Amino acid sequence: MRFDVRVEVRLRPGIADPQGATIERALPALGFDGVDGVRVGKAIRFAVEAPDEAAARARAAEMSDRLLANPVIEDAEIDVRRADNAPTAATGVGAPR
Amino acid sequence: MTTRIGVVVFPGTNCEHDVVRALGIVGGVEAELVWHGASSLDHLDVVVLPGGFAHGDYLRPGALARFSPVMEAVTRFAADGGAVVGICNGFQVLTEAGLLPGALQKNSGLRFLCTTVGVRVCTTRTPLTAASEEGRILRLPINHFEGNYICDAATLDELRAEDRVVLRYTDNPNGSIDDIAGICNAGGNVVGLMPHPERACDALTRATDGACLLRGLIAVGDRPAPVTA
Repeated sequence: MRFDVRVEVRLRPGIADPQGATIERALPALGFDGVDGVRVGKAIRFAVEAPDEAAARARAAEMSDRLLANPVIEDAEIDVRRADNAPTAATGVGAPR
Repeated sequence: MTTRIGVVVFPGTNCEHDVVRALGIVGGVEAELVWHGASSLDHLDVVVLPGGFAHGDYLRPGALARFSPVMEAVTRFAADGGAVVGICNGFQVLTEAGLLPGALQKNSGLRFLCTTVGVRVCTTRTPLTAASEEGRILRLPINHFEGNYICDAATLDELRAEDRVVLRYTDNPNGSIDDIAGICNAGGNVVGLMPHPERACDALTRATDGACLLRGLIAVGDRPAPVTA
């Protein structure tokens, strides 16, 4: 089975994020008030073959630990969905891509 | 005995010739270039990971370089007590490889810094600083975007308690915790630093403060072999 994976890598809470701070300072100048907690990360997308969703998630987690994120300063959030609009057991309809 | 120094070249490394040339100027040493595919460093006394953009710095500086074949050899070489020095991008590679603790993140001012800074020698227990003196202030070039050293509180306590902060900025340019410009491992044989000593070795540039650091590396072959546990 083929799964679409999205890994969001971002700085761990408490680690200074100069990019996020700069964006946060810029927003009020454009009239966007009341915004805080801006954090900048990166999203890494790929497709992976795996027998089921749990296996796909486990592989993505391993990739994340070994390469995609630096655990010293970064966290990763992993999102896994069935690829190609294939029906999923949970919803019976195509997962949005 | 002439110290045998190897300078590792990853795809995207760009300071290897500067290091080789500086070692020649400072101590008449003919250092050799070592391609990142090398599997053994056993014939060397010192391994330098020079600056640049190993593997394009894609993903994160050092993230891909740490999986180059040579890094297994560097890890073994370091475990056997061999002297390893990572300069700038080389420092980033050493942290990604887990040979040094912490990480280097974007400069606090979000600017690429290319300037000359003051750094204080904080310990002479490493091969890099063995020919210098504690407290000596050196003027050295820096040239980086990700030089903002960070580690957790426990690691910082350990670095301080074990005399592992090797160099500190006199005027912190990038937000590094505790003004750290360079650190070493517990054994003192693996050192990482953001400044470029090799760019301050030629009288032509009127900046020669880096020479005392390279002299320390050149003298490694004259010192008794390290005792490893």
